[in-house]
Amino acid sequence: MIDMTPNVTLAIVVGVLVGTGVYLLLERSLSRVIIGVTLISNGVNVLMLIAGGAAGGPPLIGSGPNEEMADPLPQAMVLTAIVINLGLTAFVLAMAYRSWQLHGHDEVQDDLEDRRIARRAERGAVDRRADDVGTNLAIEAAEARDETEEVPLVTGHGPQLGAEDHEVKGERS
Amino acid sequence: MTWLVPLPVVVPLIAAGLALAMSRRPRVQGAISVAALSIVLAVAIGLIFVTHTQGPQVVNVGGWSAPVGIALVGDRLSALMLLVSAIVLLCVLLYSLAQGIADGNEGAPVAIYHPTYLVLSAGVANAFLSGDLFNLYVGFEILLAASFVLLTLGGTGERIRAGSIYVIVSLLSSVLFLISIAMIYAATGTLNLAQLSERLLEIDPGVRLVLQVMLLMGFAIKAAVFPLSAWLPDSYPTAPAPVTAVFAGLLTKVGVYAIIRMQTLLFTDGALDTVLMWAALLTMLVGIIGAVAQDDIKRLLSFTLVSHIGYMIFGISLANQTGLSSAIFYVAHHITVQTALFLVAGLIERRGGTTSLEKLGSLGKFAPALAILFFVPAMNLAGIPPMSGFLGKVGLLQAGLELGSPLALATVAGGLLTSLLTLYAVVKAWNKAFWQDAPEKLPGDSTPRSMFGPAAVLAALGVLFAVVGGPLYHYTDAAARDLQAQTPYVDAVLVHGDRGEGDSDAAGGDDG
Repeated sequence: MIDMTPNVTLAIVVGVLVGTGVYLLLERSLSRVIIGVTLISNGVNVLMLIAGGAAGGPPLIGSGPNEEMADPLPQAMVLTAIVINLGLTAFVLAMAYRSWQLHGHDEVQDDLEDRRIARRAERGAVDRRADDVGTNLAIEAAEARDETEEVPLVTGHGPQLGAEDHEVKGERS
Repeated sequence: MTWLVPLPVVVPLIAAGLALAMSRRPRVQGAISVAALSIVLAVAIGLIFVTHTQGPQVVNVGGWSAPVGIALVGDRLSALMLLVSAIVLLCVLLYSLAQGIADGNEGAPVAIYHPTYLVLSAGVANAFLSGDLFNLYVGFEILLAASFVLLTLGGTGERIRAGSIYVIVSLLSSVLFLISIAMIYAATGTLNLAQLSERLLEIDPGVRLVLQVMLLMGFAIKAAVFPLSAWLPDSYPTAPAPVTAVFAGLLTKVGVYAIIRMQTLLFTDGALDTVLMWAALLTMLVGIIGAVAQDDIKRLLSFTLVSHIGYMIFGISLANQTGLSSAIFYVAHHITVQTALFLVAGLIERRGGTTSLEKLGSLGKFAPALAILFFVPAMNLAGIPPMSGFLGKVGLLQAGLELGSPLALATVAGGLLTSLLTLYAVVKAWNKAFWQDAPEKLPGDSTPRSMFGPAAVLAALGVLFAVVGGPLYHYTDAAARDLQAQTPYVDAVLVHGDRGEGDSDAAGGDDG
């Protein structure tokens, strides 16, 4: 049998990768988030390698003693995980680019509900009833103060508004 | 009849490729999708009969025997889930086709819609059929990647906003799942579910608890169990109506299915049953209180979705046969009803021009068919007798009383309260959308009859579940009995003691 004791160096590498990844995941900018997700995924891939034990011989019957073969399964799983992560990273990057096209930044915006509550707190009108006439989530959210909206719109990249953006604008005027 | 098992995964994937090749011809694409999903539906019906009469069906992919290769397993539970999901997927597809025809394909303008939808269906089927933990992960990733594309379809500002939250939360839950897979492999040396159910009993209880918590976290995010549910009501309502409907119906239930599988096959010592029951109680109450506070019909329905996940988790946490059986029944009921309601919400949006309850009104006068179509599944959701929601809830409450612990009784009371508040929430929506005077004039009617059809089928199916309630409960009882006994599943996968059918000459070092 190959040595199955976990390698301390690799374990520390996993810890550092996942730790930094979590830190980046908590950021607002999508590009930082995706770096964070990639770091965590790489950390998990290393974890998977630890699960397979120490390095051994090639896992081909006849190429050496069976007892010294490396476990091929974790490597196959790591390969699959890398491919999946590649695809998802590409998708999130595209989404970040689209967000930058639309808003001039790639930051994750506030939840509609959060913005409504923030706005109410600002007005000091927390005790008003939820189904008061004239509360429209989309309009209120559009008017609400939001730190991600401070950045001026970058022109020249064709800020194409979607159908819903027009809708909100129309309702406001 | 084992050749039936891989078809629900293979057929949609091949069809997705074909549909992508036909991306310039939307009508051909539509025909391909309908044909593929009809085949899946037929296969699912076949699987129900085969698994009910002959026991679990196992396919060892590539002829590699079970713990070495990947096994696809169809048992009673997965066959039922496949059948319900196939019906829902087909109905929603027909709905979106009708919508596309009505809008000159502006509703779903992108050529990518059909291929992605088919990939989603393959991912869902793969998750239901997988007999291997890593393959389950792959199934989840397939359906998640497809759901990312569908949720951000068209890339409008609002959808990108909602999509980025959904994508990041999903990525996090996948990472948690992957970490638990690595740790389970390190602890047991296998990922085959049948073999895991034997080996997990042999490891240290403390380690087992850690593994269970890790897995449960990953699945609970997907199933939207409180306190991991906050992402759902914000992201679902922004997608196109058919997409929201299929997400609401299916995606959370895949998480619930994974929790059922894990609690009955892998971690049977009931170490987290109390925690799960608390989660169920809180999910029900917090979800429904959120629903009561909403004034947008899609958001309201999203909150009821979260709330009713609590019922299923409650059934699982009871860990007795009645509880499991009712939970499975409830999953089947809830998939159809929730999807029907979201489809109707889409119709309301077309007819009334908005989903805000403040702006809607008078629909009862101008669209009586729509009123009935909303009323039936809404009452079904609230659990008014004699509909299937009532039967599901009665089963769960009975199972809770059977257990009789103070927490179970409290959750039974919570369930009753949730049911009542659901009734309040949907009746409020019903009154405001259909009976109050419309504050503004309604836009003209642009809803084609063909969009009503699929929604009506699903609403009727929810009622039909009550008509066939006896046989269906008989079936779910048998499924729950199988799950608790474990032996039908494990024996079907590992035919020769520790190996399945197929090729794998043990060449010395034999640890799977």
